Amino acid sequence: MAEDDLEGFDQPSGLRSFWTGTITFGLVTVPVALYAATKSRGIALRMIGPDEAPVRRTYVCTKDETPLDADDIVRGYEIEKGKFVVVTDDELEAIEPRKSREIDLRLFVDRDDIDPMYYNRAYFLVPSGGTNKAYRLLAEVMEKKNQAGIATFVMRAKEYLVAIIAENGILSAETLRFEDEIRKPQDVGLPKVAKPAPAEVKKFETQIVKQSKKLDLHEFLDDYAERLEKLVAQKEKKKENIVKAPEELRDEEEGGGEVVDLLAVLSRSLGGTTGGGRKPARKVAAKRPAAAKRKTTAKKKAPAKKKRA
Amino acid sequence: MQQLCGGEAEKEVATARAIWKGALKVGTASVPVKLYSAVQDRKVHFRLLHKTDKQPVKQKLVSADSGDVVEYASVKKAFPLTRGRMVLLEPEDLEKLEPDDSRDVTLTRFVDVGEIDHRWYERAYYLGPDGDAKAYFAVAAALEKKQKEGVARWVMRDKEYVGALRAEDGYLMLITLRRADEIIAADALQAPGGRALQQREIEMAEQLLTALHGKFEPSEFRDEYRHRVLELVETKAAGKKPKVVAFRPKKQKEDQLAGALEASLAGLKGKARG
Repeated sequence: MAEDDLEGFDQPSGLRSFWTGTITFGLVTVPVALYAATKSRGIALRMIGPDEAPVRRTYVCTKDETPLDADDIVRGYEIEKGKFVVVTDDELEAIEPRKSREIDLRLFVDRDDIDPMYYNRAYFLVPSGGTNKAYRLLAEVMEKKNQAGIATFVMRAKEYLVAIIAENGILSAETLRFEDEIRKPQDVGLPKVAKPAPAEVKKFETQIVKQSKKLDLHEFLDDYAERLEKLVAQKEKKKENIVKAPEELRDEEEGGGEVVDLLAVLSRSLGGTTGGGRKPARKVAAKRPAAAKRKTTAKKKAPAKKKRA
Repeated sequence: MQQLCGGEAEKEVATARAIWKGALKVGTASVPVKLYSAVQDRKVHFRLLHKTDKQPVKQKLVSADSGDVVEYASVKKAFPLTRGRMVLLEPEDLEKLEPDDSRDVTLTRFVDVGEIDHRWYERAYYLGPDGDAKAYFAVAAALEKKQKEGVARWVMRDKEYVGALRAEDGYLMLITLRRADEIIAADALQAPGGRALQQREIEMAEQLLTALHGKFEPSEFRDEYRHRVLELVETKAAGKKPKVVAFRPKKQKEDQLAGALEASLAGLKGKARG
């Protein structure tokens, strides 16, 4: 049975800004556009049917299996087994909070105050329209004081708790989990903390010191993707299982890596050029063959109209 | 154990159970652990229903060309190549790519707490002792004492993970990390430039931040919208008509930076006095 699983809609990883609005602190307004700072992972393989055409997902009626259009589908909440309350787009829109276009910072906290467990997803904020002075001012003082601004805001019909953080003069919005999404050790039944024997602690301390090294981002490479690319390269060389790609797949070949493109878009929005600064993550990623960055869009081509989380 | 947070429409979530068992390999020591999810998504889950009979729809695969239903077993995976070609991958090929089964959580190195930027963090898990609790709490205490976190690798359900092993209030946590190609480093971008900011503006903005400074208390924030959605569901379930609250965007204020800063500070002072 189909779950209303629409992750692809909730987590856009594309090049366009999908939210513009203003950050306010006091009476100061900072117009910004929001871009994803992370993207979904790695390579998505395409599904191909026996006729060598791509396969797509569709919804069918449970009873007679007839394929359904977006207009035939409604959204329902299961109140008891097999019993649903239908909720329409209009109804959901009507209860959207009013502050949809505004991130109102009424609280600034020390960055170390935020437990890393709470961080969910990161977005870059770039100045949008007019002067960027207020943007630069907010970034400068937040970074200097090592503080983050906290607010809630609504994007794509979902409410987010967000920390606005400044780093290297750039603002980012990091969505945080709400408290009721975080479990406490007692919630999972962990035993009370017991005092360990000093000798045993010492033993582990020695081991930790012995293995202490600087962080190496190469450790964060996607090994599976690398093995997959190797296999693909082998097959290509041996001309094994190579077939003509259907039209639908060819359009996606244009334009190389999404990360690189997003970087260019962001750089343009920030008023600079690509190529400035250190880029550890990108350098690491760039070591992979170009094919690796070509991300297919199977997930995004989901059916039915506008969906909600 | 789980607190009910919404109205009746909210479903109770069962007490969390361990989702995986493994062994932390620290040097020559092997510390048996259980893994529990430390987060629980509280998304309101809707089902897609057929409009006519209000029953859940089924998902099927169809050919993009003919629209005919395709059985899952007959689907092959393909990797697109350049020049209008693709390579078909057999199930045996893909199986060979899967990592070897293992229960080991291998620590490859230890780094200073804070060295791994929080943007790498993906999902948090608690580790709990599985049997021998002494070694478990000793590892947590040692990490805390040295202010370090471990870089860990493990295989769970045929998938490879890299994570950060952290001590948190005497317990161990494992936070899965994103992969290198998922992150755009902030320092790959250049900050927007412009005329230098005035000292007076900086000072006023700093004062404003100080005035608005507080402690981060997660309990003070609530997913208001989620609760409104659940309320809507309850209203409709009771056969009542939902009330509609109109959306009214807030008026934009003028962006005269210095003036706005002064006015904000004046407003805050006024509040403090009153």
